[in-house]
Amino acid sequence: MISDTIIELNGLTKKYEQLTAVDYLTLSVHRGEIFGLLGPNGAGKTTTILMLLGLAEPTAGKIEVCGIDPTFQPLIVKEKVGYLPDEVGFYENLSGWENLLYTAALNRITISVAEERARHLLGQVGLTQKAHEKVQTYSRGMKQRLGLADILIKEPEIIILDEPTNGIDPEGVRELLTLIKQLNREKGMTVLLSSHNLHQVQQICDRVGLFVEGKLIAIGPIKELASDLFKNDPVLLEVEAEPVDEQLLTAIKTNQYVTKVEQKQNCLLIFSRQHVSAEIAGIIVSHGARLSHLNQHDYGLDEIYHRYFEGGM
Amino acid sequence: MTAVLQKLSAFFRRVPFNREKAHQAQHPFWVIVRKETMDQINSRRFIILLGLMLLTAIASLYTAMSSLQSAISEDTSTSFVFLKLFTATDGTLPPFITFISLLGPIIGIALGFDAVNSERSRGTLSRLLAQPISRDYIINAKFVASLSIISMMVITLGLLMFGMGILLTGIPPTPEEFWRIFFFLLVSIVYIGVWLNLAIMFSVKFKQSATSALSGLAVWLFFSLFFTMLVNIIVQSTMPTQVTDVNQLISYQSFVQNLLRISPSQLFSEATTTLLVPTIRTLGPVTVEQASYALAGPLPLGQSLLLVWPQLTCLVAEACLIFGLSYVLFMKQEVRSRL
Repeated sequence: MISDTIIELNGLTKKYEQLTAVDYLTLSVHRGEIFGLLGPNGAGKTTTILMLLGLAEPTAGKIEVCGIDPTFQPLIVKEKVGYLPDEVGFYENLSGWENLLYTAALNRITISVAEERARHLLGQVGLTQKAHEKVQTYSRGMKQRLGLADILIKEPEIIILDEPTNGIDPEGVRELLTLIKQLNREKGMTVLLSSHNLHQVQQICDRVGLFVEGKLIAIGPIKELASDLFKNDPVLLEVEAEPVDEQLLTAIKTNQYVTKVEQKQNCLLIFSRQHVSAEIAGIIVSHGARLSHLNQHDYGLDEIYHRYFEGGM
Repeated sequence: MTAVLQKLSAFFRRVPFNREKAHQAQHPFWVIVRKETMDQINSRRFIILLGLMLLTAIASLYTAMSSLQSAISEDTSTSFVFLKLFTATDGTLPPFITFISLLGPIIGIALGFDAVNSERSRGTLSRLLAQPISRDYIINAKFVASLSIISMMVITLGLLMFGMGILLTGIPPTPEEFWRIFFFLLVSIVYIGVWLNLAIMFSVKFKQSATSALSGLAVWLFFSLFFTMLVNIIVQSTMPTQVTDVNQLISYQSFVQNLLRISPSQLFSEATTTLLVPTIRTLGPVTVEQASYALAGPLPLGQSLLLVWPQLTCLVAEACLIFGLSYVLFMKQEVRSRL
């Protein structure tokens, strides 16, 4: 693992009048990794990204991107960082090609170099055919891929993608993620992406940070994260039986490994410290109830998501 | 006309690119200016505005021509025939200067009302801001691009009036007339610039371009229709009931005039009439004593300019003030995509 730090946040805080959007965030991203910022909408992901680019001023704390503080030297940071905003927009009356050249010109890239890079990048994102058509004819997924080409034209060290998979069909998402992974591997580019969609992030991220209400509640590779978060009750059993009565519930709760039981009509959610499906099945059957469904979950991101983002802490 | 426009836009596309071929990237500021200018020229609204301006020129020339004969014979003291083309009217249509003071705001508002909020709603603003350019380049470049288009329009229109005037009357303008018209065009550009800046300010303030267009038009309507009414009401309620001496009356009169001068159109019409009608010697009240020994005759250009210097300064100051406001608003605004 490469341990060279490229983005360093220390006690980063952003307050709007009453709301604290980012609350004392400390985080570092290594060079060459794909880091996922995970969290529900409104968790402060976009605010954090804007501060990384110097587009928003932190209330307190320190940021370093490539060793530079973006609050004071945003232009240098913006030369090194490509940012693809959520719902990226292009000049619809211009072609994809012209849009790319415009961005290149804003980055002071000479026209001959820009044309060469644009041709290469459009090929890479699969838009060569549509290059000279107006952007208004592009689909959502195409625009997103054009956006990727757009941030790559300045050959950045870091790319930051804000909700890159929003509103694209599954096939488009797959293509986009493969592309991101490929860029990361081939060019050693650091990728920071934010998302609320955990499955997609799970596929490509080396590490993720979980973000709730401006606080980073966990950080690390997804696998470690799951076992870390659920060390008390790492196994979840989903059981459907009929009839469910108080006696049955108490019987299940008395099992030494079971930590918690939730009941939804005939469906039971049983949290336990170990694999207890056989014992649970035995208890249910011996109580004369009919067992119709028993499923043991391993913790994926869905459970993390459910427990930390939706269910609250 | 579209063919001409296409050539024009092709020209704008080509020229800077050729320069870049010499391995010298253009400064990002001029890149934005170039793109904004191209956008405006390619847009339909530009064609509509151009058409409006052409109509204005033709209509005001027509009305001036039909009344030129009587205007010249009425006023034998001056020889500024050419200037009459801009000010004379037969009563059916307003003269050129009135047209400009009426249409100028529309042009300014039309070119500026969606300057910033359209970038925001298209989602291009955050992408633009993520490039290594200072934030103020965007608003400055938009202003420069729109103002240069306005200048181009106004100067074209002025030259058109010149050409058609010479063709129709057969009289060439004297150098003094030329300079007077030149300054008049300059003042027109500043005046339209005031409205452009107002429109840009609304485009920063309001997220919807329809709202900002409407607000611009509302301000324009307020100043062109209701403002004089409002001043009249104030005048009626504050008029001194007993006038004891002339000075009091004069100071009251100048108070009313200054109230009226809050409106940019008032400043504009005072400035331009003085420039185009050389016989105007003062904009304030004149007592009989002051007038009794004065010789009727035109003022030289320098004196006319001196007379309207405050108006000119005010117009420029208004433009700067409004631009400053929109600048501050823009710099302080949150950058969120499409919010």
